[in-house]
Amino acid sequence: MKIIVWIEFSHGKVKSASLEALGSARTLAESASGEVIAVLCGPGAGQAASSMMTAGAHRIVTIEGESLSNSHVDAIATEVAQLATAESASMLFASATSGGKEVIALTAGSLGTAVAADCISISHEEDAYCIERPVYAGKAILRQKVVSDPAVISLRPNYGKQIEREAATVTEQQSTAESVLKRSEFIEGSAAKVELTEAEIIVSGGRGLKKPENFALLESLADLLGGAVGASRVVVDAGWRPHSDQVGQTGKTVSPKLYIAVGISGAIQHLAGMSSSRTIVAINKDAAAPIFQVATYGIVGDLFEVIPRLESELRAVLQ
Amino acid sequence: MKIAVCMKRVPDTATRLSFASDGTSIDTSEVQWVISPYDEYAIEEALRIREQHGEGTVTVVCVGPESSTKELRKALGMGVDDAVLATSDEPLDPIQTARALAAVLSKRGDDLILFGRQSVDSQGAQVGALVARLLGHPFVNDIAAMTVTDGKVRIEREVEGGREVIEGPLPVIVGADKSLNEPRYPKLKEIMLAKKKPIETVPCDAGAPSLETIALTPPPPRPEGRIIGEGPEAVEELIRVLREEAKVI
Repeated sequence: MKIIVWIEFSHGKVKSASLEALGSARTLAESASGEVIAVLCGPGAGQAASSMMTAGAHRIVTIEGESLSNSHVDAIATEVAQLATAESASMLFASATSGGKEVIALTAGSLGTAVAADCISISHEEDAYCIERPVYAGKAILRQKVVSDPAVISLRPNYGKQIEREAATVTEQQSTAESVLKRSEFIEGSAAKVELTEAEIIVSGGRGLKKPENFALLESLADLLGGAVGASRVVVDAGWRPHSDQVGQTGKTVSPKLYIAVGISGAIQHLAGMSSSRTIVAINKDAAAPIFQVATYGIVGDLFEVIPRLESELRAVLQ
Repeated sequence: MKIAVCMKRVPDTATRLSFASDGTSIDTSEVQWVISPYDEYAIEEALRIREQHGEGTVTVVCVGPESSTKELRKALGMGVDDAVLATSDEPLDPIQTARALAAVLSKRGDDLILFGRQSVDSQGAQVGALVARLLGHPFVNDIAAMTVTDGKVRIEREVEGGREVIEGPLPVIVGADKSLNEPRYPKLKEIMLAKKKPIETVPCDAGAPSLETIALTPPPPRPEGRIIGEGPEAVEELIRVLREEAKVI
């Protein structure tokens, strides 16, 4: 049994979500004496691979070359599918980051199968993989049996565990796949922010913030905690925050270790998108707000008093 | 310009779900159905491209039960020209849905095919990509801006650390993100016109599934939480429990 894990990296750095997926793949492989092959595609693959030698792969395959340098990611998916076929892999695995979802879906398409997407648990039972995945943004959990060969599975970020094992062997391959679509330009954004779905800590704000400038309070708290800032639909629709920050069924479904909901009352579609977070803190002046029903810890109070105090006291204990 | 938009009907996101007695599906008897929100951005974008070019057709393609015609009429009411429904009463997995869509699309030869970035019910973000591979077209998901000129497409999308610009020749398949546009509300005149627009129903050619459903259940209840205090005085206790109980900071 061989498991291929697609590893995502940027600027030479491997994503921690990919290392979680690799750790989970290795754990699955060990219960069936299987082999785990990590694959990194694109410019800088070799350099990124050298930083994850002991992260759980038996073998690492790096695929680089001219054809991938400006190609759209569908070329990467073609490389991964070719490798899966050449290795007769029984399973293909990736982290369900936004990039991971796209690459794994295209890879699955090449292999003629569906993806068991964004799973929160994977087990091997009676010769098939069984998975659980939240649907309807977490309003329901779907349990499925993967009957395709290979099984193609993506793992929700923050649901796997990084591990350490013996050093992997590395094979370098020359890329052959190319996309008709080319990346012609890259417009650098402001600071490289943590992607919401991968963040370990999210500080999220709603209408209670009163005006867009007040999100500076949350930005500052998130920076201190090394987290990302999210937002409710109301404030995104009002244009206070970019669409990419929206948490909820019509935005992003997130599962961080810590979700701090500030001035968010908790509409059904918002609760759906964040209630699989491990720990939820709600800060709201309305004690009857639905957000308190899912909160692990709640503070009833004026966020403009609570947040500054929280930041200054946290700064004292974290330093 | 020949444009297709693939759409799905889903339960309204404000709905509280109730579960069916078979243990593998939701009880749809009380469900309010809507066009999956991201698909509305795809429809709107297709209409805008048709309007900008001053020519062309926009067709919505859907896989689902006969009753999906209601949501297809909504799309027609927005200004879509016609609709194709591959009828299936069975629940389909993503590759089956993709095969059914590809069977319709492969006979059409569209210049541009749009999807929503994901459906808001199953949220796999994959059917567009699967169809793209079945048809042999390139695919870009999560698009934030798009222009089509002289048989070429220019796409912008948000990625980590910035915005990437992707260019290439048609045909392409794209997945619409929320920042793409603001979908229009159907006008009364268009709604009246939509009643006469054609909806073609075709058999669903889905093949075998990759995924078999064992169960659909409510999520496990969250452990009981608690209000730890009022106002800024509660902050000290919050930090203590986050460090000592939850161990998250």
